[in-house]
Amino acid sequence: MKKKSPSLLKTLGKIVLVIGIVIVYAYGLQVTKVDLEKPQEAKRQEQLTNILQGLAHPDLITYEIDRISAEARILVPCTGTPPPEIPAEPGQPAIKLSSNCAEPGEAITVSGTGFNPNENVFIFFVPYSADPAAAVELKLTGNAVPTDSDGNFSKEVTLRKDRTSDKPQTVRVVVNRRVGSPKPSEALKQTWEKIVETVFLAFIATTLGVTLAVPISFLAARNLMLQVTSTLTKFMASLIIMPIGALLGYSIVSRLTEFGSQFPNGNAEAVLLFTAAPLVGLAVVQSAGGKNTFFKALGRWFIGVAIAAVAVVVLAKIGSVGRETGISLKHSLGGWSFVGNFILIFSDVILLGLPALGALLGAFAFSPISNRILEATVPRMSALTSKIVAVVLSVLAGAIVFGVIAATLNWFYEFGDVAQVVRTPATIGAVLFAALALAIDVNHPIPTGMFVYYVFRTIMNTLRSIEPLVMVVAFAVWVGIGPFAGVMALGLHTIVALGKLYSEQVENIATGPIEAITATGANRLQTIIYAVIPQIVPPYIAFTLYRWDINVRMSTIIGFGGGGGIGFLLSQNINLLKYRQASVNMIAIAIVVASLDYLSAKVREKIT
Amino acid sequence: MLEIKNITKIYDNTVLALNDVSFTVPQGQFLAVVGLSGSGKSTLLRCINRLIEPTSGQVILDGIDITAAQPDELRRIRRRIGMIFQHFNLVLRSPVITNVLAGRLGYTNPAWSLINRFSKDDIAMALKQLDRVGIKEKAYVRADELSGGQQQRVGIARALMQEPSIMLADEPVASLDPVLAHSIMQYLEQLRDEGITVICSLHFLDLVQRYADRAIALKDGNIVFDGSPSEIDEHRFKEIYGEEAQRIG
Repeated sequence: MKKKSPSLLKTLGKIVLVIGIVIVYAYGLQVTKVDLEKPQEAKRQEQLTNILQGLAHPDLITYEIDRISAEARILVPCTGTPPPEIPAEPGQPAIKLSSNCAEPGEAITVSGTGFNPNENVFIFFVPYSADPAAAVELKLTGNAVPTDSDGNFSKEVTLRKDRTSDKPQTVRVVVNRRVGSPKPSEALKQTWEKIVETVFLAFIATTLGVTLAVPISFLAARNLMLQVTSTLTKFMASLIIMPIGALLGYSIVSRLTEFGSQFPNGNAEAVLLFTAAPLVGLAVVQSAGGKNTFFKALGRWFIGVAIAAVAVVVLAKIGSVGRETGISLKHSLGGWSFVGNFILIFSDVILLGLPALGALLGAFAFSPISNRILEATVPRMSALTSKIVAVVLSVLAGAIVFGVIAATLNWFYEFGDVAQVVRTPATIGAVLFAALALAIDVNHPIPTGMFVYYVFRTIMNTLRSIEPLVMVVAFAVWVGIGPFAGVMALGLHTIVALGKLYSEQVENIATGPIEAITATGANRLQTIIYAVIPQIVPPYIAFTLYRWDINVRMSTIIGFGGGGGIGFLLSQNINLLKYRQASVNMIAIAIVVASLDYLSAKVREKIT
Repeated sequence: MLEIKNITKIYDNTVLALNDVSFTVPQGQFLAVVGLSGSGKSTLLRCINRLIEPTSGQVILDGIDITAAQPDELRRIRRRIGMIFQHFNLVLRSPVITNVLAGRLGYTNPAWSLINRFSKDDIAMALKQLDRVGIKEKAYVRADELSGGQQQRVGIARALMQEPSIMLADEPVASLDPVLAHSIMQYLEQLRDEGITVICSLHFLDLVQRYADRAIALKDGNIVFDGSPSEIDEHRFKEIYGEEAQRIG
């Protein structure tokens, strides 16, 4: 008995499990509305047949059509002298009617001779019209009438009841004959155009994605960011300085860009202000500083800023000249206008990118200075003073961080006046950060890199879960329906998806070389260049190709969401029930995806 | 002179790797660090150039407190401290010459590193160092094509590029056969003869007794012996390695 009870329990458990599984499936089938009756309905089967037949007959080629017709006169209704027969021209098809005069709705027999054997003819009734050009053709038969092996046919047709006239009317037999060699159909031409667009959509999106995913992958790699530590004081100072630096960088570079693009028409004072000021600063620092490393570093920082300012002005000039050149070339080069377009886009990227870059550089340019100042001063302070400095900086940083977050949320949800809304969160942030500064040892390094790591990981994981097909809807609203929206959506998804895959590769590298390069006195950038990058090149290439494959597939359907490319054409054709044209699109997709898959597999073999 | 003062390292607030370790190494000494695996040898060496941050204590090199150095100053100090490793730690996909030149990164402007550029002097120096360790002809082959002994020589050449005053060697011969082990140890001995302080963790006592001027033994993070290698007799040996231990090699 003792042995039996556990096995009985087990059996019971299994039964419950089976019942549970059955319930899950039963519910699942109901929810997904699986219905085996519907596909059997005759109407639906007919629809399916239509689609499949359309798909089986891709509209690939067309012929020029020669339209040959033969006519006979008839009087409807039969109220006067029947019109004379039209004499047959030798060698041309001719038709005869069983009667040259008939009542509306009466059946007559149309017989024809001199046609080609086994071709299809169509029989039309052409009502009388004073203007022969305005005459319409009305079908007398639903389907085409085949001729026999001698090129003759005979067919009984019923005249229409609603077309009566006292003038002679016409029965016309038409045959459409293909002449000349086959030509690509309109659908094929469109498909070719769109498939080129599709491949380039994938190409640009992949390039864009890879370019941005590489730097992001370093920021999202745990092993690299774990090494980035800083004291609380320095971190707080950076938090304060970064948004200010970003704003400063943005506004300075915006002005420089404007100045550069108008050069030499801008005012000369700006030249002095932006280029000479740092040089003067440098001279002062050099003469006062002597051998002091801090002043030397400050001097180098000034040189860097001056060089950057000159570079911005030059780039802005290049951008504005390029922009004008691009626009004029775009209109004058005809078939080569894409060259002008390229110059235009490239110049726009420079002009739009410079202020953004300025903001980015500004955000990071001032932290080294604050770090140096703190490194030089904090160790000499007493414990109390350094604590006070840390708390003051933390209060400011907390207020700024929480204030910025609150302002962003306010932008989304429009709570009310920014100054009002921001006040409470900023106070809370100040208190929280102050508490943090009071609680921990302010001179002990804290893992600030992990903060960056978690921010990037969270953003990437969130965006990665949104399919590009969904993202493209938002982009289509922003930049309009078309391939550009597709590029943006695919590009963004590529950044976040590849960023994660890349960063995992960085996390998997051997740590020994990093340790060895660090031990030589290399800084972090040098360690990445000499110890990390050589190790990650092969996996990065492999993942880039993998993503390229995905992007090619995605670009073929991104058009369903408004993203341009072949998918847009395909969705249109399906919606318009043009299945033969849709079939061409699908064949093209299959060919492109399969051949690019094959190609990238070959490349992968070569490089690994 | 290198002074280690009361260094303690606790990993994750739980594992005590070094417990209040203090000793002083005069310039130009060959110091061997011995002890069981896990006794804290590697941690001790890495605390000297702060690849591992000590939990407390000070490391002072010629009067400069390494443990208190800010990042920039730490990098300048690290240039003076060469290091070689048990697993060589070369960048295997890079050519030998690049691996050697990496030893010069502490002296190179990071902007030049972005485009992988070193001065002519540095390149000449790298070839000289490779010549010194006898593998000049391998300068332009990939590092993973070299044997273990050759890779360790590249490691030495890389460390010498720093023009160090101290060489840290973390079990430099543990992955090599006895013949290669002796050749590597002889290079370290030469460095000592040139006035470079060598601090080398070792497993084999005969290597310690043959090459080292002085030995420090660690057990569970404590120094249990500090003296001349010849003083390590059977009794001391059992103190360091435990009663069960048998001498090999």
